[in-house]
Amino acid sequence: MSSPEILAYGLGLAQLMLILAMVLAGWRVLRGPRAQDRVLGLDTVYLNGMLAIVTHGMRTDSGFYFEAALIVGMLGFAATVALAKFLIHGEVIR
Amino acid sequence: MSAADLPGWAACLVVALALAGAAFSLIGSIGLLRLRGFYERAHAPALGATAGMALIVAASILYFSVAEGRLVLRDLVIGLFLTVTTPITLLLLGRAAAFRDRSERNADAPPDP
Repeated sequence: MSSPEILAYGLGLAQLMLILAMVLAGWRVLRGPRAQDRVLGLDTVYLNGMLAIVTHGMRTDSGFYFEAALIVGMLGFAATVALAKFLIHGEVIR
Repeated sequence: MSAADLPGWAACLVVALALAGAAFSLIGSIGLLRLRGFYERAHAPALGATAGMALIVAASILYFSVAEGRLVLRDLVIGLFLTVTTPITLLLLGRAAAFRDRSERNADAPPDP
């Protein structure tokens, strides 16, 4: 196998595994049972999605997905912090 | 230089690192689904946030460094960012869960400090 084929198949498999990880975390979001479990699942969905975007950037040989991954990571952090504060206080900003 | 003329050893190493990182993330997500209580589940995704993230970032650094013929370290920003934010989210979420469990007097609530 030549190196483009190794990269295409290997990184494609890694991407599929990350998407499966996203689906499993999404299942936890849907199932609950409590709100904190859903927030934890959402954080994991964001994390695995960010890693999948980085892997996609490698597979398509494009440097532009790096920024997308960074923004997804920051949005995930902000969303999780806001939701955790909401779970404690019942409001995001006091 | 594009992906077509990446040398074989670099391609194999990149794929091995990316697959190992994806496997760590997948194991973390399986743990998130299968472990029982919230306080056990909260630890599972940290596998993907530390080892999985580090391996995939290493794969990306290696790939773009070899492909562009110079040292490309910009993916370290992602690693640095996740290393800083993951403990904060886990701490806040754990506090929220403990607060909710204590105020509802659940049986599995952590003891008062």
